[in-house]
Amino acid sequence: MAEEILQVQHLSKSFGSNQVLKDVDFQVHTGDVTCIIGASGSGKSTLLRCINLLEAPTGGEILFHGESILHGKLDASAYRAKVGMVFQSFNLFNNMTVLDNCMVGQVKVLKRSREEARQTAMSFLEKVGMAPYINAKPRQISGGQKQRVAIARALAMGPEVLLFDEPTSALDPEMVGEVLSVMRDLASSGLTMLVVTHEMGFARDVAKEVVFMDNGVIAEHGDPETIFTRPSQPRTQEFLSRYLER
Amino acid sequence: MQNMNFWERVLFLLQQYGPSFLRGVWVTMVIAIVGTLIGCIIGFAVGVVQTIPTDRKKRPLHWALMGIARFLLNAYVEIFRGTPMMVQAMFIYYGLAMGGINLGMWEAAFLIVSINTGAYMAETVRGGILSIDPGQTEGAKAIGMNHVQTMTSVILPQALRNIMPQIGNNLIINIKDTCVLNVIGTVELYFAANSVAGARYTYFEAFTIAMILYFVLTFTCSRLLRWWESRMDGPDSYELYDLSTTDTLAHTTGLYSYPRRPKAGNQNLDIRDGGR
Repeated sequence: MAEEILQVQHLSKSFGSNQVLKDVDFQVHTGDVTCIIGASGSGKSTLLRCINLLEAPTGGEILFHGESILHGKLDASAYRAKVGMVFQSFNLFNNMTVLDNCMVGQVKVLKRSREEARQTAMSFLEKVGMAPYINAKPRQISGGQKQRVAIARALAMGPEVLLFDEPTSALDPEMVGEVLSVMRDLASSGLTMLVVTHEMGFARDVAKEVVFMDNGVIAEHGDPETIFTRPSQPRTQEFLSRYLER
Repeated sequence: MQNMNFWERVLFLLQQYGPSFLRGVWVTMVIAIVGTLIGCIIGFAVGVVQTIPTDRKKRPLHWALMGIARFLLNAYVEIFRGTPMMVQAMFIYYGLAMGGINLGMWEAAFLIVSINTGAYMAETVRGGILSIDPGQTEGAKAIGMNHVQTMTSVILPQALRNIMPQIGNNLIINIKDTCVLNVIGTVELYFAANSVAGARYTYFEAFTIAMILYFVLTFTCSRLLRWWESRMDGPDSYELYDLSTTDTLAHTTGLYSYPRRPKAGNQNLDIRDGGR
């Protein structure tokens, strides 16, 4: 069995009196694609944001290669450089061109030379089909293109895991395909991915493990075949049947 | 002088005292520009310090020190924003003189205009930083940037662009307000006009010239700043790099389908999408 690159143990998170995550436990194995599905407000995005330390968990533990990222010595910035994140709203730097977006982290954080950073950025921009647009500013390209640049920006940092927070939810329907096709390529290249998504087709097709969250807890998890065809929990069945009716 | 009309008297003053007016313009502009620049630097420093995130539980010492720093900076902003620059000029100039420090005309003028502008700019910069979408900060954090890197590479360049109109406003205010520095003997444009007026008893004529000069200065500056702003925005279009490659993925619409699912292309016709 592959190494457990991320271990989430008894994780909880409250915003005031509202407990969003309750005792969440799961693992991500190196090289696997794990999809987290569930209704809006079930805590999926909060879980992902806790894993990237954008939110501080109120309890529990997160281990990266077996080492605590909450209570250990690992610096948050150094950890984040190894765990990439792709956001629902892209979050490209509006003051920079496409190319600079993919270079700035390499130069400032990884201390690569500009030439090396440029070559790395170009190779990933080619991979996501955005090489022709390196001189464009984010406001000049479409949503699907922005998301592909955001993926290239995250990849250029050479992450060990890439987190996706509903990467296609803010896109017009005709742009969803281009982003999913990039993600599918990444999955087949062996990148470890943790994907929060509403794209059930993608989860069923690409994921090694599917996690269904409901009301702040992991209600059910398993391989996609089991989750999508023979879910054991009534709430999983109910959630999926709502999707299949669409 | 007696048998000249108004415009002849204006021309006479210009011929006679042109160099005095020009020197006044020079002093006014140097003080306004240097004061605005230093004021902006102060404003950025104060604004950045005021937006540093603190965590009482995790770093109590840092939290306490930041609290004290913020209190002092707030006091600075409120005091200098809340008192007239003319009074500040007198207070600082004669206060320092009592302490044995005699400032020259330039030093005194730069000091007073800078700290005054800084107090206004601090609030403007703070607002500029807060106006940037939090997603920009999250994007920077997600690739491992620390607070300083996030600020200098991502947030401040965008904040600077957003507050450019306010910086221009401050420069124009400073061009006009340097005239209050005549109370500490700064020979700027107002001082020059007043001297010329007194020498020949030609108040209306001298201040007509001063009015025109002030307006030319402020109007020119405001146009130059507009031009600079549009330059900061960069070109409206962009050059495609290497035309032999094209964005092939953008044309995969409807071609991408999952097994076991009826046509993914149907999504486009879905009524739930608001019939776009």
